[in-house]
Amino acid sequence: MSAQTETTSTPTPVAGKGKPFWRQWLPLGVGVALVVLMAVLPLLNISIPGVLPTPTYQPGALAVISLAMVFAALALSYNMLLGTAGMLSFGHALYFGVGAYGLGIILANSGLPLVPAVLLALVGGLVIALVTGSVANRVGGIPFAMVTLAFAQAGSVLVRRNSGVTGGEEGLSLTTENVPDFLVGVINTRNLYWVTLAVLVVIYLVALWVDRSRLGHLAQASRENELRVNVLGLHPYRAKLTIFIIAALSASLAGITYMLLQSGTVPRAVSADLTITVLVMVVLGGVGFRWGAILGGVLYTLLDQRLTVLAGSEAIAGLPEVLRIPLSEPLFILGVLFILVVMFLPGGIAGTAEAWWQRRFGGRKETGLAALDADSDESSEPAETRQ
Amino acid sequence: MSTFLLVLITGVGLGALYFLVASGLSLIYGLMHVLNFAHGVFLSLGGLIGFELAARLGADQWWVFVLSILVGGVTGALIATATELVLIRPLYERHIEQVLVTVGLAFAAVALFEGIWGADPVYIVGPAWLKETTDVLGALVPNTYWVLMIAASALLTGLVLFLRYTRYGMIIRAGVENRSMVTALGIDVKKAFTLVFAIGGSAAGVGGVLAAHYTGYVSPHLGQTLLIFAFIVTVIGGLGSLTGAAVASVLVAVLQQLANYYLFGTGDLIVVVLLAAVLLVRPQGLLGRFA
Repeated sequence: MSAQTETTSTPTPVAGKGKPFWRQWLPLGVGVALVVLMAVLPLLNISIPGVLPTPTYQPGALAVISLAMVFAALALSYNMLLGTAGMLSFGHALYFGVGAYGLGIILANSGLPLVPAVLLALVGGLVIALVTGSVANRVGGIPFAMVTLAFAQAGSVLVRRNSGVTGGEEGLSLTTENVPDFLVGVINTRNLYWVTLAVLVVIYLVALWVDRSRLGHLAQASRENELRVNVLGLHPYRAKLTIFIIAALSASLAGITYMLLQSGTVPRAVSADLTITVLVMVVLGGVGFRWGAILGGVLYTLLDQRLTVLAGSEAIAGLPEVLRIPLSEPLFILGVLFILVVMFLPGGIAGTAEAWWQRRFGGRKETGLAALDADSDESSEPAETRQ
Repeated sequence: MSTFLLVLITGVGLGALYFLVASGLSLIYGLMHVLNFAHGVFLSLGGLIGFELAARLGADQWWVFVLSILVGGVTGALIATATELVLIRPLYERHIEQVLVTVGLAFAAVALFEGIWGADPVYIVGPAWLKETTDVLGALVPNTYWVLMIAASALLTGLVLFLRYTRYGMIIRAGVENRSMVTALGIDVKKAFTLVFAIGGSAAGVGGVLAAHYTGYVSPHLGQTLLIFAFIVTVIGGLGSLTGAAVASVLVAVLQQLANYYLFGTGDLIVVVLLAAVLLVRPQGLLGRFA
């Protein structure tokens, strides 16, 4: 691979060292400004025809943006696995589903108020992540992908089989008795929107902490060269498992938010389909970039919504069959887009943008999808001998 | 006793179906280190094209049944070869991206098949004999299972002979063993890559037609469901080991059927528990070696 792996000795550069003042604080400033803008969005009247169904102060638009933010949060949690630790998981949806179904089942069957119910659902997510994660992390690379897939499949089977508890194929709707009134109903979409935004910010901060912490550096190092980390007397297994659990918990939190937002969940929330969808989001946005994951999640959700509308439009219905069938399947278009990004734009949107930024202003190291390929047959050799 | 025998024989039959999918996966992984998520697509397309052909020519006739199996195999081989040449080859040695590309293909192709054939299962008919049963010591075994077993045995025998006695077979075996050495000897491994994809694809295509007769319907999702079990089988058997895949196929399927019958339909869960157990005790799989 052309992407030289220099990271074992120099992990993520310390933010701001030797940079001009404005460069150091620019990302923080932009981030805070964006969050503030998103927070006041329900109070503004902004129309974006073709992207949002209604002006931003109405529930229609807020629901779409909230859903996009839930998936952005899920994509962020997945990026901790794939981007930071280089773990290709095909079972991430399991933890999202545990959050969503866990909250739904607890609220339906116990008299617990919302906050304890949420905490209990998170504990459930923690336990399942601990058990499945400690088994799955015994293997790495591609076998890890298969094992996580198998666990998620078991979860999916459990959900579909036990229709008495989970509602089976019909899905489970939210029991709202113990949910505070200001979080129930279409009129309160605005409040749910703010909750979702808060969850997204929290998960972003968690992801930021993981990337900056010793734990994250250790995981990054073992992504590059696990043998060397072992030789140094460090424990990649523990670091990977911890990140796996943090990512799973974040996904559970996203699932809980999804449950509240959609007032229900369907078996698709635990399916391999959803994991693949998240994978598409992260790769589209740019593996290894936090803002890329958010962008990918938002972009995917909006594209999916718009393409579905487009599929039903008259312009498509009038086309000959050869064009009509592919264009009326949003997932076909997204799948092809995904293949094209992987083949021709391996950094995703964020990677490409950062590369441009780097050429223009100098600075940051190269990451992205290409950096992951250190995890191939040659990984047993020292990084210095690899080209 | 006859019930036990029936469960056992149907388990072996289901294992035969798993093997048709898992053999290709295992060979592809062993040689190229590519986890092929698009393998289910090869299977679904084989099944769907086989169904289309049978529906046009008269599905209840024997020669149509045999022809549909052949056509399914050819379809699988063609799409697999195309996948290798167009999507996998440009990403040579970039394993994660190769996996992602096959994921994308599975994503797009399933959606496309839904657009063409509809999302709902299409029920199919075959020769009447397939629906009948054969009496084995009191166990009434549906005849579809025999066809599955014959197909899988033929595939296993064919593959073993091919790998052992032909030049390309030897290149593939050597490539699984130590690919850089084979390349260093000046042998073009890339041809073997395409060949392995074609073989795996045709086995999956045949598997698609037979799976359709086994389940009684064909749908764009048929392949994806079987693919997950095939993944489990390849991991349990040991990635890259053909014998391992064969042993694990039968083991997994028999356990699954037994659990489904005697343990209140918990077959799918038992399989995952088995997977976890194998990984804890022997992470490289039953007959696998560490790469």
